[in-house]
Amino acid sequence: MFDTTMRRLPNGPGVGYKPQHYSALIADPAPVTWLEIHAENYMGDGGRPLAQLRALSERFPISVHGVGLSIGGEGPLDPDHLARLKTLCDWLNPASFSEHLAWSTHDSAFLNDLLPLPYTDATLSRICAHIDQVQETLGREMLLENPSSYLAFSESTWAEPDFLREIARRTGCGLLLDVNNVFVSATNLGFRPQDYTAAFPLDQVGEIHLGGHDEDLDDHGAPLLIDSHGREVADPVWSLLDITLMASGPRPVLIEWDTDVPDWPTLSAEAVRAHRALQKVLA
Amino acid sequence: MSIQTTFHAGLLDAAQPVPEGLTDGEGRPAGRRYSVYRNNVAVSLREALTTGFPVTRKLIGEQNFDHVAGLYLRAHPPSDPRLMLYGAGFPNFLASLSALSHIGYLADVARLELAIRHSYHAADGNPIDGNALAHLGPDQLMALRLSLAPSARVLRSPWPVLSIWQFTQDASVGKPKAGSQDVLITRPAFDPQPQLLPTGGATFISALATMPLGEAAEAALRSAPDFDPSATLGLLLAGRALEMPSC
Repeated sequence: MFDTTMRRLPNGPGVGYKPQHYSALIADPAPVTWLEIHAENYMGDGGRPLAQLRALSERFPISVHGVGLSIGGEGPLDPDHLARLKTLCDWLNPASFSEHLAWSTHDSAFLNDLLPLPYTDATLSRICAHIDQVQETLGREMLLENPSSYLAFSESTWAEPDFLREIARRTGCGLLLDVNNVFVSATNLGFRPQDYTAAFPLDQVGEIHLGGHDEDLDDHGAPLLIDSHGREVADPVWSLLDITLMASGPRPVLIEWDTDVPDWPTLSAEAVRAHRALQKVLA
Repeated sequence: MSIQTTFHAGLLDAAQPVPEGLTDGEGRPAGRRYSVYRNNVAVSLREALTTGFPVTRKLIGEQNFDHVAGLYLRAHPPSDPRLMLYGAGFPNFLASLSALSHIGYLADVARLELAIRHSYHAADGNPIDGNALAHLGPDQLMALRLSLAPSARVLRSPWPVLSIWQFTQDASVGKPKAGSQDVLITRPAFDPQPQLLPTGGATFISALATMPLGEAAEAALRSAPDFDPSATLGLLLAGRALEMPSC
C-alpha cells in the first residue's frame, strides 16, 4: 500500500535544520548524516526556503516533521493543510514524515502549541481515523511522536506507551520516541522514565528525538520541566538515550534546538555526543 | 462543552478558570501547570509577530509592541498553521488603535514589512532577463504585454514610508522628509529589495496588468507629465520583476 522503496533515515545523528547553518552544513556536516525540517516552514510558494531545501535534499536524507496538523483535534483535519503536506512530500520525497500526539487547532484557530489529550477510547478512535486519512492521502507511512506533558487528564484510561502501541497496531504507523519528552513528562507527572521506555514498543520506533528543557516549579514547589528546545540536552536525558538504544538497537537520533539557536560548533558538538551514544550500540 | 473547547477558551483568556479534569501527577488540580500552555501560545505567537514586524517594533518600542501584539493574537489568532503568513491583518489592527493614532505612518510601515515578507515567500515565476527586450524595435516594445513576477509588490503611501523604514534601521541615511512615497519591492535573487518609485511609476505598473506597454506608459504620463517609462522599466527588469504572459 505504501511506497517501500523510498529512502530511510540512516541510524546516525541528525539535526533540526536552521537556515543560519546552511553554509556550515554544505562545507562539513560531520557527524550529521541527515536533517529534519518543520513542514510548515516550507509551505511558501518559492524563494530561498525552497531553494535551500532542494539543495540540501540532494546531499542529505530529509525528515519532514509536521507541527501543525492537529492530529488529536476534535474536529476534522484541515483539508487544505493536508493537501499542502502532500504537495511538499510529493515534491521532496522525504525519507520520513512525522507528526505529534497532540492538537493545535480548534474552531479554525491555530494555537501554535502541542496541546495535550486525554487517553480514552474515544480519543484513540479519532486519532486512528486521522492517521488513516494522513497515510492514505500522503501514500506513505508516518511516525507519531510522544508529547511532553505538564498535566494529566482525570478521565484518561490508557497509559501513554500502551496508547501509542495501540495506535501503531491499528493504523500501521511507526512511532517517534522523544526521550527528552519522556524525561520531562516523567518528572512532571511523577513516574520513572526508564519504566516508560521499557513499556514503549521500541520495535515500532523509526526515529528518536533529543532536546533541551527548562526548569520551573509548580504550585506545590515540585519541579516542572518545560520542553523548550533552547539549550543542550540534559545529562539524565543522555543516560535515558543510552538505556533506550541498548534495548532498541541503533536508530536515527535527532538533536532539536529551535529557540536561542546556537552556532554550528555548539550544535554539532551535540550531534557528536549522539554519534558516540550510537557507536556504543553499533560496536 | 468539549474539553478542547474549554481548554482553548482559557488559553487566550487568562480571566477564564483552569479547565476541570486537569491534574498533576498526584491527582491534585493542575493549577499553574495549565499556564505553561497559556504561556507557550502567547509567547510563540508574539514571537511570530516580532519576527514579521521588526521595524514596526522598533518604532513603537518593545514594550508597546509586546502589548499590542498580545491584543492582536488574542483577537486574531492564526487561521493557518503557516506562521510565515501570520499577521496579514496586523497593519489594519494597528491603524484601528486610538492609542497609536498619533503615529499616522505606523500602519503603512507594517504594510511595507508585510509586503517584503510576502515577496520573500512568493513563487519564483519565470522573470525575463534584463536584456530580453533589447532586440525589440520601438513598435514591438510598445505593443508588448508584460505581467508582474509573483514576488513583485507595489505599496502606495501618503507617508514617506520607505524613508521611515530605512531611517528606523539606519539613522545615518538621514531624517525622512514629509511627502507621499510609492514603493516597489522586487526580488532579484532571494532577498526582496524595496525601492522608491518615481511619480507615475505605480500607475504605470498597475496599468501593465491590463494593457500593452505603450498604453501603460501613456496612462502614467497622463497622471505625471514628467514620467520616464524607461527608468521604471529599468527598475523592473533589474529586479527580475517582469514576466511574459503565459498565453
